[in-house]
Amino acid sequence: MGQIVLEQVTKSFGDVTVITPLDLTIDDGEFCVFVGPSGCGKSTLLRLIAGLEDVTSGEIRIDGQGVSTIPPAKRGLAMVFQSYALYPHMTVRKNIAFPLRMAGLDRAEQNRRVEKAAEVLNLTDYLDRRPGQLSGGQRQRVAIGRAIVREPAAFLFDEPLSNLDAALRVGMRLEISELHNRLGTTMIYVTHDQVEAMTMADKIVVLRAGHIEQVGSPLELYRAPRNLFVAGFIGSPKMNLIEGAEATKHDAMTIGIRPEHISISADEGRWSGVVGVSEHLGSDTFFHVQDTGLGDTVTVRAEGDVSFKHGDRVYLTPRDDMIHRFDAKGLRIG
Amino acid sequence: MSTKASRSAARLMLAPAVILLLGWMLVPLTMTLIFSFQRYLPLRGGFQGWVGFENYVRFVGSSAFWPAVQSTVIIVGGVLLITVVLGILLAILLDQPMWGQGMVRILVIAPFFVMPTVSGLVWKNMFMDPNNGLLSHLWRFFGADPVIWLSDASMLSIILIVSWQWLPFATLILLTAIQSLDSEQLEAAEMDGAPALSRFRHIILPHLSRAITIVILIQTIFLLAIFAEIFVTTQGSFGTRTLTYLIFQRVLESQNVGLGSAGGIYAVILANIFALFLMRIVGKNLDR
Repeated sequence: MGQIVLEQVTKSFGDVTVITPLDLTIDDGEFCVFVGPSGCGKSTLLRLIAGLEDVTSGEIRIDGQGVSTIPPAKRGLAMVFQSYALYPHMTVRKNIAFPLRMAGLDRAEQNRRVEKAAEVLNLTDYLDRRPGQLSGGQRQRVAIGRAIVREPAAFLFDEPLSNLDAALRVGMRLEISELHNRLGTTMIYVTHDQVEAMTMADKIVVLRAGHIEQVGSPLELYRAPRNLFVAGFIGSPKMNLIEGAEATKHDAMTIGIRPEHISISADEGRWSGVVGVSEHLGSDTFFHVQDTGLGDTVTVRAEGDVSFKHGDRVYLTPRDDMIHRFDAKGLRIG
Repeated sequence: MSTKASRSAARLMLAPAVILLLGWMLVPLTMTLIFSFQRYLPLRGGFQGWVGFENYVRFVGSSAFWPAVQSTVIIVGGVLLITVVLGILLAILLDQPMWGQGMVRILVIAPFFVMPTVSGLVWKNMFMDPNNGLLSHLWRFFGADPVIWLSDASMLSIILIVSWQWLPFATLILLTAIQSLDSEQLEAAEMDGAPALSRFRHIILPHLSRAITIVILIQTIFLLAIFAEIFVTTQGSFGTRTLTYLIFQRVLESQNVGLGSAGGIYAVILANIFALFLMRIVGKNLDR
């Protein structure tokens, strides 16, 4: 079991309010991702749940029980830190066994659980090494191992992949998702990378400046961003946001259209412009089209084999049913 | 320093410093070695012939030798114990955020700036004096008989004075070591259910082990040579005659340079054994 409920939680450091009153329910077994730009309070929120920081006001409940005054160790949560926070003087085996040793389990049980975790995480060959002798991905797995042996009510991940290189990050992303499917335990995952959020989450919580902008499944956020911030944050490359005359045509202050919902053609289309930079990813090509008369550069996604040169004149046509409309306050219309 | 020219230029420019340092070390060492094989009594005619290893045999054979080694070991060991234990505690305390942190840190380091002779005299006259010392007033305030520190508890007194001098050094090194500890490790241990004492034992102490070895290594080398504190307080009486002080007495009080030099060579060998032994430990700790 691991349902986590936040009720009117706030956090201030002196005069600086980091979390404004915030309500959130994370259901048992859910993979919940806190995402937002740096300084939005996502890590602080995680640390509040972990108990490493005290809430200024409000209540945190884990499985219905208020935990605001309970120390971190007693909350039944396990955390994986950004720096992994492995104990450098202990072997991998001792690192993973540390929480069990602190809990006073007997040695045989400790060993049994460590071996099991090591098997799950492919660490069996490395149990007698020290963290300094491991690669980044292996250290990451040790940190996860130390978390899973405790059989916690929920896992907390604080930007766990940000120290890994791009290829490893994709691999670990899959491993963590796989682990979640296998264990079925609640996981809360903090990241600033919206790709991680989209690929892993059951539920995404988009935060900005200490308050929640939107909560929903990845596709809900992608299809119906509630405001301009979410619209700009979720999706890669970013949604094109267009103001002015073109927006007024749609009875909106701002309209948004994703790069993948615009078609590009050499002959005809609704908007015309000149190709600037084009990024060829193989599977896709992104064109940054300038001089469209729509304000900013418009980003367009095309098939990988579509090829325009720098300076070519092109015509763009957005899919009308995929246009997002926002009012003067930046809120979604319709 | 990659080209041949720059390498030889570097050697050339380093040479004066290396030669000076080597000379500084080698000349006195060689002279001590030469004197140690001579019968050399400055006030009774000076050089009186070569005597081989006689000085060495006499120095070890004297009834003062083993007690001197013993007091050296006790003083060095006692000071190390006090400075390391208190140093760790003070470092942890100073690491806590508090008002006036910078000022407090400077004050804690202050004793290190006081010259050994001065601190010895201050302790002797202002704290440990049986009549007017601060400690005797304190004892009398509680109705107890004042301790005559420097004669009744001579060893303890010397250890206290020297510890007071070296505690700042230990604290400073250990404080910087504590500050380099990743706070996420402590938080991880807290999440793992380790109470404060276990966090200290399993996380902080192992993290400090390297710094502790360095403190022990450096202090041992300096403590083997403490002299001023003994000279201005007990003058080597009441069992506080260390090896260094014994050598001093042989050379200056007995005016026997040959015998003292032999003792000096023993001290050099002893210090090197210590250093070698400690370097091994440091080396082992650095491997991690």
